[in-house]
Amino acid sequence: MLSDAIKAELRAIVGEKNCLDRQEALVAYSYDATPMQQALPDAVVMPASTAEVQKVVQVAARHQIPIVTRGAGSNLCGGTVPVGGGIVMSLHRMNQIVEIDEQNLTITVQPGVRTVDIHQAVEAKGLFYPPDPGSMVISTIGGNIALNSGGLRGLKYGTTKDYVLGLEAVLPNGEVIRTGGKLMKDVAGYDLTKLWVGSEGTLAIITEAILKLIPKPTTQRVMLAMYADMEQAARSVSDIIANRIIPGTLEFLDQGTIRVVEDFKQIGLPTDVAAILLIGQDGEAQIVDRDMERIAEICQKNQAVQIKVAKTDEEADEVMTARRSALAALSRMRPTTILEDATVPRAQIAPMVAAIQEITDRFGLNICTFGHAGDGNLHPTCMTDARDHEEIERVEQAFEEIFAAAIDLGGTITGEHGVGIVKAPYLEWKVGAAGMEVMKGIKRAFDPHNLLNPGKMFAKESRNRVVVNRA
Amino acid sequence: MLKEALQKNLDYEELANCMRCGFCQPACPTFRETGYEAASPRGRIALMKAVADGVMEPDQDFVDQMNLCLGCRACEPVCPAGVPYGQLIEQTREAIEQVQEHPWYVRLVRKTAFTHLFPHQRRLNLLGGLLGFYQRSGLQTAVRKLGVLNILPKQMREMEAIMPDASAKSLTDRLGATVIPAVGERKRRVGMFHGCIMDVLFQDTNINTVRLLAEAGCEVVIAPDQVCCGALHAHSGEREAAKSLARKNIAAFQEAEVDLIISNAGGCGALLQEYDHLLHDDPEWQEQAKWFAARVKDVSEVLTMSAEPQAWDPLPQRVTYQSSCHLRNGMKVTKEPVNLLQSIPGATYVPLKEGDRCCGSAGIYNLVQPEMAGSLLDEKMGHVAATQADILVTSNPGCLLQMKAGIKRAGLEDRMEAVHLVDLLARVQKKEAN
Repeated sequence: MLSDAIKAELRAIVGEKNCLDRQEALVAYSYDATPMQQALPDAVVMPASTAEVQKVVQVAARHQIPIVTRGAGSNLCGGTVPVGGGIVMSLHRMNQIVEIDEQNLTITVQPGVRTVDIHQAVEAKGLFYPPDPGSMVISTIGGNIALNSGGLRGLKYGTTKDYVLGLEAVLPNGEVIRTGGKLMKDVAGYDLTKLWVGSEGTLAIITEAILKLIPKPTTQRVMLAMYADMEQAARSVSDIIANRIIPGTLEFLDQGTIRVVEDFKQIGLPTDVAAILLIGQDGEAQIVDRDMERIAEICQKNQAVQIKVAKTDEEADEVMTARRSALAALSRMRPTTILEDATVPRAQIAPMVAAIQEITDRFGLNICTFGHAGDGNLHPTCMTDARDHEEIERVEQAFEEIFAAAIDLGGTITGEHGVGIVKAPYLEWKVGAAGMEVMKGIKRAFDPHNLLNPGKMFAKESRNRVVVNRA
Repeated sequence: MLKEALQKNLDYEELANCMRCGFCQPACPTFRETGYEAASPRGRIALMKAVADGVMEPDQDFVDQMNLCLGCRACEPVCPAGVPYGQLIEQTREAIEQVQEHPWYVRLVRKTAFTHLFPHQRRLNLLGGLLGFYQRSGLQTAVRKLGVLNILPKQMREMEAIMPDASAKSLTDRLGATVIPAVGERKRRVGMFHGCIMDVLFQDTNINTVRLLAEAGCEVVIAPDQVCCGALHAHSGEREAAKSLARKNIAAFQEAEVDLIISNAGGCGALLQEYDHLLHDDPEWQEQAKWFAARVKDVSEVLTMSAEPQAWDPLPQRVTYQSSCHLRNGMKVTKEPVNLLQSIPGATYVPLKEGDRCCGSAGIYNLVQPEMAGSLLDEKMGHVAATQADILVTSNPGCLLQMKAGIKRAGLEDRMEAVHLVDLLARVQKKEAN
């Protein structure tokens, strides 16, 4: 609980309307898009400027109150659920595009700008900001930076970290610092910019960002390739890359997903195929045409049973429908949808999909897999019901084994969703005990009193789990 | 108590189906206006669920937040999980209504409107007659000159100013028959759903609808026993009253033995099409309700059904289209009105930016939530002005009134007019057809 005196201090900073402690507000800011995670904050604060953020942090530091910074609350790791209570600080009012610099090809934004608004603003000028997380129509750039969001274009264009050139942030002690700049080269000291990207609001509160832009590709084309065997699809992926082609999009749906999508949309997908690849290329028209031809040949060589190259925009739209509908189709099956993001080197996709299938069958669950085949980032998605505690227990065990399988194949527990609460118990599996110590040391250096987003990234001891020995 | 009423009314399965992805938020007008999580579909569902789970007491903030929702249902088509938000908000409002203590004058207005007025078409027409007298006798001019209206809130003054001429006669009186034969070969027999307000304030639109339908090969029946659709009741938490109206309408149209039931108001059509859901717990009426719901079509759907498109007179003007939310999000009719506009020779169709977003009319929302409605309308009129259209077309009476008010408010009266799609089509209907 916050005392009335502290609330008065906060209200003096952001105004009466922007510091809320009524029940309705506390409930509305108690969750994000993560299933089964909810905790009430003590207050919701909505600052409009860096100066206001700074003053709020100073109050919080003085009274030792936790702060959970939040954008749209669209993350899937529980990253913005205020498990330690305290203040939820929503930055949605800081939503201005400060500048698009066409000389330096940068955009400067406040953290509350929606990702899709950045896309639209820069594309209107023939420029391109590639990261396109699935939630981009609602997610804010601040959230994208905090979680180092990926998306469909990760294979060719990289993820958020590859586009952040400089940041302004408020430190837990209330100091404001700037890192980087409109600079492609900058080796002055430790790279704090990159350290903060993906730090999940545990080290500093980002209040402004300078992002790198590139010229917008002129042409885009897509195709579908269907396979009777998962191995053949996986080999096609490896062969495309081995042939020195990096597609703009290289997505994959497994049989379970295909069946659910077809059931939902009736778009004529064959439900007896084991896998569908959705492959897109962008760039100069000539090069795109050449690549698409070669990709089709490679798929053919790997026994694709059917290949559909979209010739018109409408056809492209149809082709994309299968992938776009995946989440909607899956989430309609059962009340609770748990979307994970175990990631492996792309050459290990086939064994990883096989492992997920085996684990799913063994635990008697409903898990379908789709995802970004090109970068090995899979989305095993479990359709379940949070109210069925026995089943949820099996779901947890199954995902635990899926994470372990990913690590065994040289992969990671999370490719793009972040650690937050839900992956915290498994972080040590990926980074090791020594790695955990380094990370905790970094956290202590920035935030000795553990005020920024407590309970995230590092699991409490009670929730620690023993690494499964799969040897 | 409200908590118990909510726990009893709310469909918990559907609350659980919301996976909180937040994809509804960019579609929600009140969220976009405020940026406030609680003022979004995801937020409102979370509040409902918190009450259902016993985590939260439904206090006045809760009630206010539920009332701030326009009920435009723009969140439904974009929801991956297919959560029927419109039903959830109606269940909530019904619960609020059950326990709400209104001040005496609100009780009086509600009782008059919902019990004594809307269900009785003759009384509405009678009222229309009084309104017509007010408009035509010089009383309206006198009242306006005397400034008497200045005691009304701004929003109501704006509405008074654009109120169309009311009709005291019934639709059948004016048509002179209850069955209007098809022009040429009869392709189908359709029932014209004339609506309550629609038939008083926009009766010409109803007449035009009948004529266009006849021209498109429909034998049009005006089922005499039809009543108000019940949408205003359902949206205002008077669900039982809505059900009783639904039963009357189902009986009236079954009696008329029609192939299709035609609405020219998105707000009515969406509820008519959901009569099967409205009566889902009434086993006696389940089958008939399904019969009815499956037959409901918007007039624009029927006019684009015929194989040979109708020929229109040329109209050398710029036209744009503001969608009715319930036509778009409830009935899922999006392309037909635009296709019809594009089929008029000489007319230039200009898409309206965010023409799929609520105009703020939303039943009686513009009267009870004037601040939010006003800010939505101002934003809307900015986009409308940018189209430089001569004619702003819409497809629902509430939207039409709001657009007329908006045009006046934005000072665009000299540049454009707001017209119901049907009236525009009647204007360009080939003269020899009449």
